Amino acid sequence: MTCTEFLALLDELIDDDVSAETRSLLQVHLKGCEHCEVTLNTTRKTIEIYRSHEVYELPDSVRDRIRIAILARCKHGC
Amino acid sequence: MATIQQIGENEQHPDVALVASARTGDVQAFETLVNKYDRQIFRIAQHITQNKEDAQDVVQDAFLKAYEKLDQFQGNSKFYTWLVRIAVNESLMRLRKRRTGKMVSIDDDIETEEGSVPRDLADWSPNPEQNYGQAELAEILRKTIQGLPHGFRIVFVLRDVDGLSTEETAETLGLSVPAVKSRLLRARLQLRERLSRYFRKKKAGEK
Repeated sequence: MTCTEFLALLDELIDDDVSAETRSLLQVHLKGCEHCEVTLNTTRKTIEIYRSHEVYELPDSVRDRIRIAILARCKHGC
Repeated sequence: MATIQQIGENEQHPDVALVASARTGDVQAFETLVNKYDRQIFRIAQHITQNKEDAQDVVQDAFLKAYEKLDQFQGNSKFYTWLVRIAVNESLMRLRKRRTGKMVSIDDDIETEEGSVPRDLADWSPNPEQNYGQAELAEILRKTIQGLPHGFRIVFVLRDVDGLSTEETAETLGLSVPAVKSRLLRARLQLRERLSRYFRKKKAGEK
C-alpha cells in the first residue's frame, strides 16, 4: 500500500468504517510509515479538539432573550 | 477512537413525541426543543455567517420557521436534521444580504487543493492544547476553522462536531454522499495542517 492509497482511506479508518481485511492492510502500512502514522494521529487529535472545545459560546443571557422572543411569537401565532 | 452514538432503528427518537405535542399547540414542548438545540443551531449559523448578530438572528428565525412549518415536517427524517437544513438556508440568506445580494451557496470557494496532501509531518506534542490558556486556545481554533472555505467548514461541523452521519449531512446540505466524503477529508486535513503550526513538537532551541 502506498501513502496515497492510505490517505484515500484515512477517513474510513478514523470513522471505523473499514473491513477487517482493509484494516490489516492499513495497519501494515502504518507500521512502516512514520509520516502516515503522524497524519493519522494528528488528524484524530484535530477532530477530538474541535469536538471537545466549544468555539462559539452562546451566553445564557442571549439564550434567554432568544427563547423568550421565539415563544412569545409562537404563542401569538408566528 | 471516535464513535458516533446511534439510536436503534426501532427505538423512537424522543423528539418525535415533542414534535407531535408542539404540533397541537403545546408551546412548552416546543420550548424543550429550543432548549435542546439552540446552542448547536447557533454554532452552525456562526460558522456559516461568521457574524455573531446574524447567527443570533438565525437561531430565532430558524426556530420560528420550524414552528410555523411543523405540519410539513415528515417524521421520516430527524427533527434535528430538518431544523439544521432550515438554519443552513437562513444562514446562507444572511450571508447573501451582507455581501449585498451576491449569490452565496454551499459550493463557494471549494476549488482549492490546499491541504489535500499533508505537508507538515512533524508530530505534535502530547496534549498540545494544554500549552495554551482556554481563551487563547479558543482563538486558535476559531481562527483556524475560519480559514476554511465555508463549504468545507460546514461539512466538518455537521459530521465531526455535531456527529451527523455522512448520509444525514448530505441530505441536510443537498450534497451527494461522495461530495460530503471528499469535503470531509479535505476539511480534516486542512485543519490538521493549520493546527500543526501551533501544536507541533518544538525542536530543541525553538521557541
